[in-house]
Amino acid sequence: MDWVKIGSALFLLAMIIFLFPRMKQAIKHSPKGTMKDWMGFIIPIAGVFLFVVLLIAAVR
Amino acid sequence: MYNNQTIQRTQESVLATNKVLRNTYTLLSMTLVFSAIMAYIGVATGASHGGALVANIAAIGLLWFVLPRTANSGAGIGVVFAFTGLLGYGLGPILSYYLAVNPSIVTTALGGTGVIFLGLSGYALTTRKDFSFMGAFLMVGLLVILGAALLNIFMGIPALSLAISAGIMIIMSGLILYQTSSIIHGGETNYIMATASLFLSLLNMFTALLHILGAFSGDD
Repeated sequence: MDWVKIGSALFLLAMIIFLFPRMKQAIKHSPKGTMKDWMGFIIPIAGVFLFVVLLIAAVR
Repeated sequence: MYNNQTIQRTQESVLATNKVLRNTYTLLSMTLVFSAIMAYIGVATGASHGGALVANIAAIGLLWFVLPRTANSGAGIGVVFAFTGLLGYGLGPILSYYLAVNPSIVTTALGGTGVIFLGLSGYALTTRKDFSFMGAFLMVGLLVILGAALLNIFMGIPALSLAISAGIMIIMSGLILYQTSSIIHGGETNYIMATASLFLSLLNMFTALLHILGAFSGDD
């Protein structure tokens, strides 16, 4: 295993350690979304998904 | 009297929000141009994977430890340019690879990222929905992706790599909605921090899209 892989792994591990307390804080303090709120997120994500499928078809 | 004060305060708030939005998009477009120049330098000089890793570590170091202390001063603009420049240079090896095998993938991923960003920003700006409820979901998703990416460094499973890229696309799309909504609703009032977060989402989305398009075109 070369040093770039080890360095990348350590870098990702450092990011996980750094972000973990923020995740706990976000879970504790984030407001809960209603079904309507989540639909407002799902619709644009579905649009992104369809657009990516279109891009895949374009490069194939 | 009360109504006049309320209207005045609302107008001030709208003006402040518009100012943050305008400054964010201006700085974001400038940093994107600078980052593209640095990416070109990375490609032209044949930046190695080791060099790219060092540039990425330095950029994240700036984001975590320097930017929060300088974001309220003029120095923050210099830091955000250094941050985006380092990340742009870090794109050198991956861009060199895809430019060598199929240059159209790079232009498609670039254009695709631009369209998705404009679409998501336009959606958040026009609907004015509050996406603050997504904070926990995005943070958990981000950590799951980082964990999976860490595992895949040692396992090297192509399908997992593709799933990670798809996950990054979803999380970065969510982050663009979340960050834009945060600016609109006054949660983010610092345009330098907003620019850094949006830039990071855009860059991650671009590399993930590059990987997905590369995999499905048979060039990855």
